[in-house]
Amino acid sequence: MSASVKSPAVRALLPGDVSPETSAPTLTADIDASCRAPVLFFFVSGLAWLLIGTIFALISAYKMHSPDFLGNCEWLTFGRVRPAHLTTVVYGFAMETSIAVLIWLMCRLCRTPLIAPGIITIANFFWNLGLTVGVVGILAGDSTGIEWLEMPKYSTPILFISYALIAVWAIITFRLRAEKHLYVSQWYLLAAVLWFPWLYGTAQVMLLLSPVRGVVQAGVNWWFAHNVLGLWFTPVGLAAIYYFIPKVIGRPIHSYYLSVLGFWTLALFYNWNGFHHLVGGPLPAWMITVSIVASIMMLIPVTAVAINHHFTMVGHFGKMRYSPTLRFIVFGAMSYTVASVQGSLSALRSVSEVTHFTHHTIAHAHVGMYAFFTMVMFGSMYYILPRVTQREWPSARLISLHFWGSALGIILYVVPLSYGGILQGQALNDASIPFLKVVALTLPYLKIRTFAGVILALGHVAFAVNIVWMLVRVFGPYRKPLQMIISGSEQPAAVGK
Amino acid sequence: MNYGPLLFLGILLTLASSWFGLVLMPNKQLGNLDVHTDTNTLAVYPQARNGEAQQGEEHYRSLGCIYCHSQQVRTEGYGSDIARGWGRRRSVSRDYIYNKTVMLGTMRTGPDLTNIGERQPDYGWQYKHLYNPQITSAGSVMPPYAFLFETVKIGAHGPNTNALVLPPEFSVEKGYEVVPSIKARQLVEYLRSLKSSVDVPEAEIKKEEAK
Repeated sequence: MSASVKSPAVRALLPGDVSPETSAPTLTADIDASCRAPVLFFFVSGLAWLLIGTIFALISAYKMHSPDFLGNCEWLTFGRVRPAHLTTVVYGFAMETSIAVLIWLMCRLCRTPLIAPGIITIANFFWNLGLTVGVVGILAGDSTGIEWLEMPKYSTPILFISYALIAVWAIITFRLRAEKHLYVSQWYLLAAVLWFPWLYGTAQVMLLLSPVRGVVQAGVNWWFAHNVLGLWFTPVGLAAIYYFIPKVIGRPIHSYYLSVLGFWTLALFYNWNGFHHLVGGPLPAWMITVSIVASIMMLIPVTAVAINHHFTMVGHFGKMRYSPTLRFIVFGAMSYTVASVQGSLSALRSVSEVTHFTHHTIAHAHVGMYAFFTMVMFGSMYYILPRVTQREWPSARLISLHFWGSALGIILYVVPLSYGGILQGQALNDASIPFLKVVALTLPYLKIRTFAGVILALGHVAFAVNIVWMLVRVFGPYRKPLQMIISGSEQPAAVGK
Repeated sequence: MNYGPLLFLGILLTLASSWFGLVLMPNKQLGNLDVHTDTNTLAVYPQARNGEAQQGEEHYRSLGCIYCHSQQVRTEGYGSDIARGWGRRRSVSRDYIYNKTVMLGTMRTGPDLTNIGERQPDYGWQYKHLYNPQITSAGSVMPPYAFLFETVKIGAHGPNTNALVLPPEFSVEKGYEVVPSIKARQLVEYLRSLKSSVDVPEAEIKKEEAK
């Protein structure tokens, strides 16, 4: 491998920390060790938010078909638990985990041990503080009433400060990089770091600090909400996929040109998508049409990325049996294609006429945020955690339980609910069907969803037990002697991959 | 793509395009939209809400009604919003200029509320429905908002005029009555203020429907 890795053409297709002549195991080990505390802080608090968010999810799912459940408690009424669920899983779990993955990938790919860990630790503290204030605010009734931005305005400046620290850290690390070659994952990470504050800042100013008038609010709302998916979560998720697939199977990315095409077309088209959430709404047609066009154009980056990932994997799918990282990441990568194609199609006026305002949209959101993004984050954690803690995963059985709980749970969640949503939409569009009949029609699908939620929750608990067990081995009173993982080595380690 | 500054520039320019096109441009086009004055009757539309209804809008936001109810009527022939009687014309940008927070909504677990004030102006119905939706709409999945009501002992002067007239299977202990709290009263004032059946130049009500 060492000979081929020297050629520049191949260098462009491999993560920066791969080439043996510069990748002294001690350097990668040093980088992992330097990331230990900051990455652990974000992973562990992210995990806590995942569990809290799962509880909110189960409560709201159950209320959806049994509205009397906890009906007397104002703090736990459906209209508050649901945004609390979204806020905890999106800004708690997904955001914190993605920050940890971003930090670790940045250090590895820039070949720089983590600088100023104190900054990240402070950022973590403030992020959790802001989020706690925000979630309690929502439950207490201070939600802003703006989807994806429910946290009250007294909590969001704390979050913004915290994010600014991360962004400044990431840009400094990028500037200090020892590896001059930029790998595709770094393009996505740098883009996400720069896009998010622009999105969040615009939304905060134009919706909360000095609200714009009338339906412009709805426009800014969906420009932000769709872009936080497309320009933060998607790039970080794709960066992780582009890093871990070649890393685990030890093979370069299929095509450099498809990577370039995929990146720039995503950058061009995704940020114009947001108004497809307003199809049929009270805004001028040009605004909505331009978003529909951009949504269809998204088929270009999605196809490019799908082909690139698939042809990198071809012939290596068998490795998913031994590598939890690969299993989760490939599941996520495939779901990315599904979520994106479903999203592009739902933007069409003829499809939106049926699916808009139904549970189909909720199912679609979970294909994107869970089947794609969350699964990729889980896969990344299976790779990163053993390296930063220098411990193997304690239980292979819990890993299996986690994978199957999450994979089967999310399939059981999205498939019936997508279908039920279409039936609901068709019934709603037939004015001869009384409204309460439409409600009754959706009930079986809502009950299946609650059941799927329980399976997902089991997977999350298995994951949490495994992580806590691992941490007990690191910090607990009866520390096990260090397991031998050659950090950053290309030798397949049985469990840690 | 190893040249950092070029990457940086591309990243900023791509987002700048939609920031200009989907944030600044809509604000320029719609951000100063004003009321419409009918040249014949001099009637002004829309009207600002009264104080009670404005308070109610805050409760609508705080209780998260938006997660199940939309406030937008799609045009005739696109969906069945008008056929279901949710409005007599499609919603337009002008309808929302006085809303503090524009809650168009993305979900219809419950019906659209753009014109609920016109469709269901009865206080008694609104209170009973909020107190326990099963009273008026059996089979609904809307949660009960009984916490917006108080069960109090009937005073010496007889029942409160606002007290809910509950059917026997939902009635409370004898000698007690259910009265709406201030929050429930403000919320119902807000719901009653939701109506948009006024002709505007951009969307007129069909004449045969108006008859």
